[in-house]
Amino acid sequence: MLTEIAALNAACAQALDSGRLRDWPGFFLDQCLYKVTTAENYEKGYQAGLIYADSRAMLADRIAALYEANIYERQRYRHILGMPLINAQADGSVAAETSFLVVRTMRDGQMMVFAAGIYLDRLRQDGDGAWRYAERIVVCDSPRIDTLLAIPL
Amino acid sequence: MDQPVHELPIGAWPAGLTRVPFWVYRDPDVARDEQTRVFEGPGWNYLCLEIDVPETGDYRTTMMGAMPVVVARAEDGEIVAFENRCAHRGSLICLEDGGHVKDFQCVYHSWRYDLRGNLASVAFRRGVNGKGGMADDFDITAHGPRKLRVTVLCGLVFGTLSSEAPDIETYIGPDVLVRLRRVLHKKVEVIGRFTQQLPCNWKLYMENVRDTYHASLLHTFFTTFRITRLSQGGGVMVSDNGVAHVSTTLAAEKGPDDSYSGLRADNQELKLRDPSFMNAVAEFNDTINLQILSIFPGFILQQIHNALAVRQIVPRGVDSMDLHWTYIGFADDTPELRAMRLKQGNLAGPAGFVSMEDGAVGGFVQRGIGSADRHAAVVEMGGATADSAETRATEASVRGFWKIWRAQMGV
Repeated sequence: MLTEIAALNAACAQALDSGRLRDWPGFFLDQCLYKVTTAENYEKGYQAGLIYADSRAMLADRIAALYEANIYERQRYRHILGMPLINAQADGSVAAETSFLVVRTMRDGQMMVFAAGIYLDRLRQDGDGAWRYAERIVVCDSPRIDTLLAIPL
Repeated sequence: MDQPVHELPIGAWPAGLTRVPFWVYRDPDVARDEQTRVFEGPGWNYLCLEIDVPETGDYRTTMMGAMPVVVARAEDGEIVAFENRCAHRGSLICLEDGGHVKDFQCVYHSWRYDLRGNLASVAFRRGVNGKGGMADDFDITAHGPRKLRVTVLCGLVFGTLSSEAPDIETYIGPDVLVRLRRVLHKKVEVIGRFTQQLPCNWKLYMENVRDTYHASLLHTFFTTFRITRLSQGGGVMVSDNGVAHVSTTLAAEKGPDDSYSGLRADNQELKLRDPSFMNAVAEFNDTINLQILSIFPGFILQQIHNALAVRQIVPRGVDSMDLHWTYIGFADDTPELRAMRLKQGNLAGPAGFVSMEDGAVGGFVQRGIGSADRHAAVVEMGGATADSAETRATEASVRGFWKIWRAQMGV
């Protein structure tokens, strides 16, 4: 199970890092929650997110907007993922906590540590037995975002 | 009428409000003068929310330009503010974003301050065993951080170092005041706080906020989903002194609108697969879809449908600034309304379908003007004045920004 979930994390990050953004919503269940927040907001229990989506269709809409609507400079991410810490739940789902580091490289070559934090995931198997994210709360260590957050973390 | 836009001497300002020389965004001397003349000048700076300091002993740290500030609730319930700088060696007195204390103590040498920022005691003031210590005539009442005048309006705490600032209602003006009260009419609740670091001079961001011309052109999302189009009803109000502005967009009328055909921003290919996040209620009992309100120098109140936020501008040198977002709801939100706010929050903030572009575009200007100190921006849409208008196809509010900026800077 650990291997399967680590592989899911790796595949999800690869979709984002390699620019196959349209594949990214497919790692989530139809009914899901994806939220990007920060450690301070998480600890205080603030509900709002930088990104807040409660369906896979909303994730697909965000990706469509990145391709068709939003203006941002060309950039790419590199995710470095930690080992998932997993905890099987009685209802068949799995809670997983995985550290991440994202380096952002802009079109002119400027690189920075754009984000670091943890994924707080709840995973379930879909109808085909594949693990998918039912919930992914992205908790960034820093309250500060440089310029903008376009590509999801 | 039409002025040349090139080869100005650096430091000179063209006549009227329709030209802005690019050196104002790049000159370190301007930034230094702004601290004394604008942020510490005769205007009001947004500091924090009243609910950030609900009880005696609660405090929150904030910024007034480059000046660190502590806002606290004193024993008598009054909200007070003082510079976050120890009178001894200048260290920060408070190191946290906020909290609850009996009094304040500088970590460096344990100088203590009461909740109003008065110096209360100096460690080892009398020395040890009769040796050392401060001179007998050292007067602790003559030392302390600078204190601010504080006023609270609609649950917002404002501060100024100037005794000449008029009362806040006069500063903002009656028209914009009505619009502020329209949104902040009952107790708010914080639902998120984020900081966005923008690679531009702070004035470029404030101009962007006040620029009603760009919104539906830069932001495809606005236009395509008819959140705001220049062809929708609404307008812009600018206070007589230029300090405050509010722009409004009324709900779209039914039926086709071809005024944007051919423009990049009108992307009819874009269809939402889950349109639920556009579900909204008219919670203010009117037809205003969108209202953006600003108060010079650095306060913004946003209402995009039910997505409400307070934004505070903090400059960080000539070409960088922090934008502090406080997402708010009301304390009496129903679960349904709160859920709408969370989903509509996708429109604004550092990752907002709309706002992300405002985070980048100031940087595009900052880089574009890298060698343009002798040139000037053209701010001529809708005429040459800074008057209120029944259209958003105008830059009147941007000119209003420069009206108050130049008045305070004396240029």
